[in-house]
Amino acid sequence: MNASRAFVSHLLTQAQVPDPGRHNMLHPAAPQAGHIEWLYWFTFWILFAVFVLTIAAFSNAGAKTRVVASGPLPVIEKDEEGDRRAGWAVGAAIGITVITLFIILVLSVITGRRVEGLTSKNPVSIQITGHQWWWEVTYPNSQADQTVTTANEIHVPVGIPVVVLTNSKDVIHSFWAPNITGKRDLLPGSSSAFWFQIDKPGIYHGQCAEFCGLQHAHMGFSIVAESVDEFQAWQQQQLKPAAEPSTSEAIRGREVFLTHACLMCHTIRGTDAGSHLGPDLTHVAGRNMIAAETLPNTAGALAGWVVDPQRIKPGTQMAPNPLSGDDLQAVIAYLRSLH
Amino acid sequence: MAVAEPIFANDQDTGQSELAQRLARTWRQPNGLLGWFCNTHHTNIGVRFMVTAFIFLLLGGVLAAMIRLQLIRPENSLIGPDLYNQIFTMHGSTMIFLFAVPMMFQGFGVYIVPLMCGARNIAFPRLNTFSYYIYVGGALVLWGGMLTNTGPDVGWFAYVPLSGPAFSPGHRADVWSQMITFTEVSALGVAICLATTILRYRAPGMTLNRMPIMLWEKLVISVAVIFAMPAVMVASGLLLLDRLVGTHFFNPAEGGDVLLYQHLFWFFGHPEVYIIFLPGAAIVSTLVECFSRRRIFGYTPIVVSVVATGFIGFSVWVHHMFATGLPQLSESFFTAASLMIVIPTGTQFFCWVATIRCGRLQLRQPMLWCFGFFFVFLIGGLSGVMLASVPVDLQVHDTYFVVAHFHYVLIGGALFPMFAGIYFWFPKMTGRMASAKLGQWHFWLFFVGFNITFFTLHFLGLRGMPRRVYTYGPDMHWQSLNVLASIGVVFMTAGLLVFLANVFLSVRVGEIAGNNPWGDAGLEWSMSSPPPPYNFLHVPTVSGRDPMWEDPPDQPVVVGLRDDIRETLVTHSLDADPQHKDEDPGPSIWPFLSALAVSAAFVGSIFTAWAIPIGALPVTATLIGWLWPRGHSPTPPLTGESWPR
Repeated sequence: MNASRAFVSHLLTQAQVPDPGRHNMLHPAAPQAGHIEWLYWFTFWILFAVFVLTIAAFSNAGAKTRVVASGPLPVIEKDEEGDRRAGWAVGAAIGITVITLFIILVLSVITGRRVEGLTSKNPVSIQITGHQWWWEVTYPNSQADQTVTTANEIHVPVGIPVVVLTNSKDVIHSFWAPNITGKRDLLPGSSSAFWFQIDKPGIYHGQCAEFCGLQHAHMGFSIVAESVDEFQAWQQQQLKPAAEPSTSEAIRGREVFLTHACLMCHTIRGTDAGSHLGPDLTHVAGRNMIAAETLPNTAGALAGWVVDPQRIKPGTQMAPNPLSGDDLQAVIAYLRSLH
Repeated sequence: MAVAEPIFANDQDTGQSELAQRLARTWRQPNGLLGWFCNTHHTNIGVRFMVTAFIFLLLGGVLAAMIRLQLIRPENSLIGPDLYNQIFTMHGSTMIFLFAVPMMFQGFGVYIVPLMCGARNIAFPRLNTFSYYIYVGGALVLWGGMLTNTGPDVGWFAYVPLSGPAFSPGHRADVWSQMITFTEVSALGVAICLATTILRYRAPGMTLNRMPIMLWEKLVISVAVIFAMPAVMVASGLLLLDRLVGTHFFNPAEGGDVLLYQHLFWFFGHPEVYIIFLPGAAIVSTLVECFSRRRIFGYTPIVVSVVATGFIGFSVWVHHMFATGLPQLSESFFTAASLMIVIPTGTQFFCWVATIRCGRLQLRQPMLWCFGFFFVFLIGGLSGVMLASVPVDLQVHDTYFVVAHFHYVLIGGALFPMFAGIYFWFPKMTGRMASAKLGQWHFWLFFVGFNITFFTLHFLGLRGMPRRVYTYGPDMHWQSLNVLASIGVVFMTAGLLVFLANVFLSVRVGEIAGNNPWGDAGLEWSMSSPPPPYNFLHVPTVSGRDPMWEDPPDQPVVVGLRDDIRETLVTHSLDADPQHKDEDPGPSIWPFLSALAVSAAFVGSIFTAWAIPIGALPVTATLIGWLWPRGHSPTPPLTGESWPR
């Protein structure tokens, strides 16, 4: 048991270490998150002032009138004049509250429009489908053979609007990349759309934000923002069927893949594996991370995941695969060849 | 033979001791174990509500400590996801349904309201007792589930379809939804008792505009409970039908709607926040008045604010659902409504400041907690303003920022006023003063620990930590803040232990309190501490908002209520003129037996739908026992004659 824990923690510490700014709403990389950050700080400073003033009022009132006595003091007689002055003060405070709230309301609505309103007519569309506990990512195209399908790693071009169409296969998930924009729930049975546009190239982290069961904690994704040329090259690469294995080990690995439980759930285009229960593995070697951003995409991590995913993500839909050492190495070699 | 119509006489005229003995005999609650189950007096039931709810506060706190322990380092293998999901669901459900509402609404309400009204008992005392046992039944179901590895694991709001039959096999979600049924039946029962007591049992002279603010708030909350609870009972009822008999209300594959559940739940869920907060605000208003040594500033604005909060509270529920992708117009509407609710809350804050500023502040133990409330609830309220804004909410929704916000609001709005209230009414309940010195330790340990833990959580949220994750990767850089948050728990725990020691010691050796140790204005301070079983030797009359401060020594009292049977005075709901007399039904075992029968039917329906028709038989039998006609014929109604004001 300890050995397995050590193994898991070994795998996890191998995970790439994104800097803390890659998953942070206060480091916007898109105009959407930028507008929200501005609104956040504007509201914050207004409310900070309100906080200081209110606390000052309470402290001042308390300090001015405090009397230390062990028993109850006599009750103060009515003071019409004092009450009238206090009435004006309270009225003014309520008035200021109403004005402040109105300012926040107006700015909030304006920001909401800026975040939601789409201006460009030629966006990139991406269909995101939530699964327990991974993200299916599709780039729909009117021609079926031009549709790209991948998982957990979302490539987008820099500077071009991206429209996200949401869906869920099972329970409610929530798509959230804090550097990019606010979250959006993926509801089973109904689809919705929102958009963002990334200005700075980079890899941004995202995570499911709506509790979705046992492995809600391990349902991450990444957004790879790259130049338009790089994005198109990536898309062309993704459209190809799986690479033919070149080494004998990889060829054997394909055999193992197609004769074991793997093909019950996964697709590798160009082979007989065509199930859509799990992530599409046609180009799995091109991805940085596996298991919804849980493990780095290394041979060791992949092997650990294939053999006993329940140890790494207890409750995950993928069953353990008790493969022999040779078979396992062959499958890993094959998967590592799927660029 | 007592006269049928009340006459008003001076308290000093009557032979007190003889009358007191007769009343004590008439209003006596039975002794012994069986007698304990038959007790229907509101002071006893109120204290039971409070003690039971406090036990669940401690249990919920233990769960919270386990959460903080698990999150203390990344990839911690101390608690697995299965247990962790049960723990945070149980923590939320326990704190909301088994602690906050039963403590703040039922506990304080049942104990204080009849005393403040000048009534000898609560209206419908058997229903009130039944509500207590039903609440205990729900609590036992929930914790029994937890102890048998059937604790709910779908979050305290149990969103479908995760809690539906397809994704939550077994009985964990059923336990959750039946616990909801239990606790909501209990809250509804008490709401009816309290609303009736406030509207019909007030002392003559206590017109609506002389009612203490506490009574206004309890009335508004009772009405809010009556409107809000059915929504959640529909939600959990339909969920149970989906799970038990295969309906498809929430199954999108068969045309069901997952958002319908969220609307139903939050239509209850947000008023619920005010059901928890308004009793806290009521305690604060009472204490600010008492410890500023002047009548509350802005009685009318405060009452209007409370009523407005009750109304607006029902039009903000969608701000829990901004992330579901609603049309922009409806988002703007709910932003405006959510911001609007700041106005009545702000008004109350300003009136409290004005009262203190124009008064003579005595910062005694209960008042210290009020100042803690001002600080903590203010922060929670201000971060709530941020959450009302849709764009900001879409970023921080379902993160630790929201966790920080609602702990500031709920601990600030309920726990701090609760401790204020407990220290304040402790002498009334026990006859002894709580130790002020231990109280200081309790306050500062808890206040510091609370802020260490929960202020830190804001930053975790801004740095992207979602709520309800059982662990996180080392690459997310969330560890140091989590460690800091966990350290605060140590202080809070120490504070709670000091409080328990304080209660334990003060009940035994505390200074004898006397009738009115704080010099407060409410009627509950006019009788001895703890109150006798008949509450008031004579049902009082009042001539102002602050009877103990304003009423002259020769203020008339009501005589003419019989002392050989349990007669209570029923007054007009607006101007509190005496209307007729009612007979208190007295102690009975039937509420307990009915609660047992209802509990059996509810628990059975976790497993089979047949439990409803079969379980209805013992329920009917116990209700027949309960409603069996009593011996005394009703006394003639009053003629509504005028009386000296």
